[in-house]
Amino acid sequence: MRAVTGSQTIGPFWHLIEHPEWADLTRFGATGTRITLTGSVIDGDANPVTDAAVELWQADPSADDHFPGFGRCRTDARGEFRFTTLKPGPVPGRGNTLQAPHFAITLHARGLLKHLVTRAYFAGEPLNETDPLLSSIDEPKRRSTLIARPDGEDRWRIDIRMQRGPHAETETVFLDI
Amino acid sequence: MESTRDPVPFRPYQPGTQPPYDAPAYGSTHKRHPQESLVRLPHTITETTGPHFNPAHFPPIPDLSVVSGKAALGERVIVHGRITDEDGRPIPHTIVEIWQANASGRYQHPGDQHDAPVDPNFRGEGRVFTDQDGWYRFTSIKPGAYPWRNHHNAWRPNHIHYSFFGSGFAARLITQMYFPGDPLLELDPVFLSIPDEAARDRLVCKLDMNVTEPEWALGYRFDVVLRGREATPMEG
Repeated sequence: MRAVTGSQTIGPFWHLIEHPEWADLTRFGATGTRITLTGSVIDGDANPVTDAAVELWQADPSADDHFPGFGRCRTDARGEFRFTTLKPGPVPGRGNTLQAPHFAITLHARGLLKHLVTRAYFAGEPLNETDPLLSSIDEPKRRSTLIARPDGEDRWRIDIRMQRGPHAETETVFLDI
Repeated sequence: MESTRDPVPFRPYQPGTQPPYDAPAYGSTHKRHPQESLVRLPHTITETTGPHFNPAHFPPIPDLSVVSGKAALGERVIVHGRITDEDGRPIPHTIVEIWQANASGRYQHPGDQHDAPVDPNFRGEGRVFTDQDGWYRFTSIKPGAYPWRNHHNAWRPNHIHYSFFGSGFAARLITQMYFPGDPLLELDPVFLSIPDEAARDRLVCKLDMNVTEPEWALGYRFDVVLRGREATPMEG
């Protein structure tokens, strides 16, 4: 059996393949409730990560010609990213479970030899209580790193901490998939 | 409790074939690697599905060596290869993103301060799709080596960056392709971060005289393996 090709860092110059419109998943005429997801990426010194590529994938609503389901956004000089997309609904989990609405997020950057994977759920969503992933994380501070907070109408915010910060800020939960 | 309706998961990575997050010889990893254990997540529909890129929305850019009809400087190369899963099954109609420095070792990027000339006829971005048998191909310029500040007198070997999506979110891969015989490889912390020597060597393309075009360009072959699914669905 062959082995999967090894990963290497995206490096600091990946913007050669950047197309800023990719951060708007509604650009092909998607219909539904538009929301924005913003946040910042922060390193272990609490400095903004200004050269990252943040990618978003959602299995719901299903991707089609009007909705790619996938977006990519750079982090800016303040470490901030911003997506415009449609609000996801619940999707099946393994077994006969139901997963709370969420985005899958990948983080690529200089200093990451392979990308990091995390998720963004939505604060206040009743299904969060029974979501298989969220319920598997016992420590409330860690679990809360996966939950975006409301930031105005149809606006959500989540920060991604690559490491525990200098003032014991909690590292984001990253996933082994 | 597993269910027969569960999606078939992607295979786990083979040990030694992927780099660590914490690689002390690569300085940028120090403040950017997770210190907590990753949380294992059995694959759900979120991980087993992934984006499909319609060429109508994402038009191919199969030739990096020409901008507005003007040829870039440097050694023209044709790079091709086949994208398969671990069982050798081709991955058809999948997007391949490419980016690289020019022949002088300079990226067309405001952050690249290396004192080497920019080439207005080389932008450095490519995009192709595999055919129904998993083959891809593009034309470019052999990228130059360039200095970076990881350690004193650090130089990156010649390389082309690649981005792949494959057949689901869990198959996402970004990597770099290197050129055969490059003496900088054995000094490069990024290349050396992959523990298994055979896995490292598979990041080096091979000269391919079947693709080399007489009086035009050298050809190289770079095959890529993306994650595929477990062979048989688990019984419920």
